[in-house]
Amino acid sequence: MITQGTFAFLPDLDDDEIEAQLRYAIDQGWAISIELTDDPHPRNIYWELWGLPMFDLSDAGAALQEVQACREAFPQQYIKVNAFDASKGRETIALSFLVQRPAEEPGFRLDRQHGPGRTNHYVTHPYVADRPHGERYQ
Amino acid sequence: MSTTTPNGETDRWAAGVISYKQMGYWRPDYEPSDTDIIAAFRVTPQKGVDPEEAGAAVAGESSTATWTVVWTDRLTDHTRYQGKCYRVDPVPGNPEQWIAYIAYDLDLFEEGSIANLTSSIIGNVFGFKALKALRLEDMRIPVAYVKTFDGPPHGIVAEREMLNKYGRPLIGCTVKPKLGLSARNYGRVVYEGLRGGLDFTKDDENINSQPFMRWRERFLYCMEAIERAQERTGEIKGHYMNVTAASMEDMYERAEFAKELGNIIVMMDLTVGFTAMTSMSKWARRNGVLLHLHRAGHGTYTRQKNHGISFRVIAKWCRLLGVDHIHAGTVVGKLEGDPNMVAGYYDVLRDDFIPANPANGIYFDQHWASMPGVMPVASGGIHAGQTHQLIHYLGEDSILQFGGGTIGHPMGIAAGGEANRVAVEACIKARNEGRELFTEGEQILRDAAAHSPALLAALDTWGSVTFDYESTDTADVAPTPS
Repeated sequence: MITQGTFAFLPDLDDDEIEAQLRYAIDQGWAISIELTDDPHPRNIYWELWGLPMFDLSDAGAALQEVQACREAFPQQYIKVNAFDASKGRETIALSFLVQRPAEEPGFRLDRQHGPGRTNHYVTHPYVADRPHGERYQ
Repeated sequence: MSTTTPNGETDRWAAGVISYKQMGYWRPDYEPSDTDIIAAFRVTPQKGVDPEEAGAAVAGESSTATWTVVWTDRLTDHTRYQGKCYRVDPVPGNPEQWIAYIAYDLDLFEEGSIANLTSSIIGNVFGFKALKALRLEDMRIPVAYVKTFDGPPHGIVAEREMLNKYGRPLIGCTVKPKLGLSARNYGRVVYEGLRGGLDFTKDDENINSQPFMRWRERFLYCMEAIERAQERTGEIKGHYMNVTAASMEDMYERAEFAKELGNIIVMMDLTVGFTAMTSMSKWARRNGVLLHLHRAGHGTYTRQKNHGISFRVIAKWCRLLGVDHIHAGTVVGKLEGDPNMVAGYYDVLRDDFIPANPANGIYFDQHWASMPGVMPVASGGIHAGQTHQLIHYLGEDSILQFGGGTIGHPMGIAAGGEANRVAVEACIKARNEGRELFTEGEQILRDAAAHSPALLAALDTWGSVTFDYESTDTADVAPTPS
């Protein structure tokens, strides 16, 4: 089980709890964005966008509906909510948490290529990455 | 001996000794310019030395003066180079002490050099006989000087983007025991802590390359631990590999090796000095490696209120010379730190503009001109049961380092890491839901522990441990309750 995101060590958030976090983000003036992927590699930065960030949205319930729509469209992918803070000095993500994970998470394999001086060259390999996009989590 | 002019004034240029005031270092009429560096000194004059003369002496000895009149001053535009004490205020409740404000022309200082800045401002003057004690309380660094420094190699925003971790304090742990573990056993602690839920583990300040564990062995085993923990969690992890060493050449060698292994962060100790720290900062920026600073030794000169340098000044210098992390106090842990003073340090490190705030010990408005912020690190005697207080005092752009509070967990190191992570996430979630951490925190943690045996065990082990000692370094003024 991957533990990416702000609330990875808590029990999965239910919809009320998700909506509370969405409301907090919107109240801070942050823009909600939904992203999904079937490649959970820790250095996979660019997940697929579910539409554009919802810059002018003030209704947390509507943001939650987008989360639900994304889940219905991609029931077996990782989905996260990002909240973007555009204020000076930050201008980056302020909150980012998973709202769905695949039913089965096979995780990663760690490959080591032995090098000089007892160093290793390490490769973290998601097992699912052996299959093409769309066929990874059934 | 000084001589007098026909109208009774002391002759400024006669050979001999005249007062610093007479030499022009006391300038109550002077208005600091926007490009002046300004310092606030806490001055305790010797008996018989009036406060204006004491302030003038500090201004003189930290700029152009020597003990006697020299005619060579007249070859220069000397009033520009003179430090100017323009104000001396009594310290409330302490008749022996005064705060002297001194302005320095920007031309006195080399661009981008903390070594040069400090050689002037704290160079000779702290041993000056006419003063019983002297403390540098704060400095206003003008934007014109700020812009000559590189600042943090990455800063808070870039670090979070590198780690892909947002919205909560980062969590770390210093490997214990700090001395004696073999490299293989040491790496075990790193692996367990990181897989348990920590973002970082850390070498302690005095772990360099001793007979029981040489640096290269430690780096190899720690890298194995980091990679294994990343594989287990799908998260980016790091271990602060301490590259502190006897020479710059040694430090570069160790840092290069850490980088080649693939680690994302190295650390150094304040003991290496300002120039070595600046060199490491440039290296870290050039190589895309985060730079952590342990403030080893600072307590020798920051703690006592009458003499030395306030940590807020050290924090400003380190932001200028450029580190990504710096230890800045915990409020609640085992080491010195008054809540208001620590809040001031955190502001200095993170904010872009810090207004003067006597209650937090901030003497001057400080603009950073968009220089990235430094991540403050809270480390030293903290545990999961204090998480709500830590977030209340320190905010979410901080690193909470639970050393003993991870490794001493009764169910093992990984459980310790998990307890800390659950506690932090539960507090952030509750705060975002509108709950009041300071008052409801204990209940929030107890509720979270219902889902986490590791957190429950941590609360049962350490929940009541506190370090309630009086701080030695506090503000001169207390805010009026509103």
